[in-house]
Amino acid sequence: MNSVIYIMWLRQLKRYWRSKARMIGTLGQPILFLVALGFGLGAVFQQAGQGSYVEFLAPGIVAMSILFTAMFNGIEVIWDRQFGFLKETLVAPVLRIKIMIGRTLGGASVAFLQGVLVLIISLFLGFHITNLINIPIALIFMFLIALLFTALGTAIASLLKDMNAFPLIINFIIMPLFFLSGALFPVNDVPNFLKIIIRLNPLSYGVDGVRGALTTSNFGLGLDFLVMGVGIIAVSLIGSSLFSRIEI
Amino acid sequence: MQKIIEVSNLVKKFKEVTAVNKISFDVQKGEIFAFLGPNGAGKTTTIKMLTTLLHPTSGEMKINGFSPSSQQDEVRHSFGIVFQDPSLDDELTAYENMEFHGVFYNIDKKTRRKRIEDLLKFVELWDRKDNQVKTFSGGMKRRLEIARGLLHHPKILFLDEPTLGLDPQTRNHMWQYVTELAKKEGMTVFLTTHYLEEAEKVADRIAIIDHGEIVSMGTSKELKKKTKSKSLEEAFLKITGHKIREETASSSEFFKRRFGGRR
Repeated sequence: MNSVIYIMWLRQLKRYWRSKARMIGTLGQPILFLVALGFGLGAVFQQAGQGSYVEFLAPGIVAMSILFTAMFNGIEVIWDRQFGFLKETLVAPVLRIKIMIGRTLGGASVAFLQGVLVLIISLFLGFHITNLINIPIALIFMFLIALLFTALGTAIASLLKDMNAFPLIINFIIMPLFFLSGALFPVNDVPNFLKIIIRLNPLSYGVDGVRGALTTSNFGLGLDFLVMGVGIIAVSLIGSSLFSRIEI
Repeated sequence: MQKIIEVSNLVKKFKEVTAVNKISFDVQKGEIFAFLGPNGAGKTTTIKMLTTLLHPTSGEMKINGFSPSSQQDEVRHSFGIVFQDPSLDDELTAYENMEFHGVFYNIDKKTRRKRIEDLLKFVELWDRKDNQVKTFSGGMKRRLEIARGLLHHPKILFLDEPTLGLDPQTRNHMWQYVTELAKKEGMTVFLTTHYLEEAEKVADRIAIIDHGEIVSMGTSKELKKKTKSKSLEEAFLKITGHKIREETASSSEFFKRRFGGRR
């Protein structure tokens, strides 16, 4: 019966593959950030004695692109509700949790692929991977970010029926998550209150995991992994309970 | 005769609105049963309860001997459904939509492939099987949905206004498929429609529902006789009156707008 999970996963990938516009469109923003911030603030960053900004920034932008794609995956639940496909899955004799798992894995894979694309592009914009052996670890962290925030997006979408409200709510959540995660700046030299906020933000650990694997870590990869793991389990549990309560 | 759908004192309330009020009826195995009523009468709500999509407020239901509230899996294996609104994935091809359904109903690969081919040929979509559904016309989508609903050999087929917006040719064709299949496979059909001449033609028995209550039930002949009418349409109007109902009440939109929140 795991074929149900597999086919839900496959569906997400097919839909992603077939909408090339979406694939290319979601690459625009990360590239803009890399170019504008990477080159724009690069000189200032270097003068402050922090080294190359692109080297610092790239893992953060990779995490950002995964975060955005993953959270917006949730909208597919609302589309499916609007265009009726959700009904087809809800009257089928399968456990809702399997539908939820397949959907989340599929969405996470899409977000992960998007992150890989951004990582590759960043190599052309001046990013160097110093620890080649650690690439698999970086990929694992990228997938964890994808998983955590796809689950979160899906959970939020399960609560909503309104297609227009979803992007507003998601933007309201992802902006602080992104800006207060250490994706854009080193977290060591910020005021204490900001440090606390960053410490409470799950994305910080994802960003640190990716950056730690490719360059240098701040929190330690063990803690990063632990926080991401616990986050994924917690959000998935909440999400599947919300998803299983959907009535049409 | 064996009862395949049994409903007694079924009630569904949405906050202060009673959508379905203590309805009771049985459908025999192999029967084509039409559920007729004006907009907002409670037809779709009843189908949603029978097909495990909504939990009833109170009352008893049995589908193929199983309870939709406590034995969802058995019930879900027993029926196929064509919804009032489309429920296909437009981005997938016709074949993929069928394949998806087959996997969901746990049909093994060999049987699945064979059956998909048979059914797609039957609804004359085999040569379009690799086209994305978004390129299909309304009639083609409907046919695909019917084929999909039949894929897992359901004992009962629910058709919620399956011919809405279809041209007479397609409608004719569709009923031909459905009645043919019902006969061939001993399948029970539970349908709703606003085209009364269709119901008159295909249905063995008809229930008329209004304001959430069943107001009349019998064969088309009996209903006409009871109301001294020439056609089923005349009988229907005599039973349910001429007043126009609130159009949106049948769809979930109505409840969403009016009451907000989940149902």
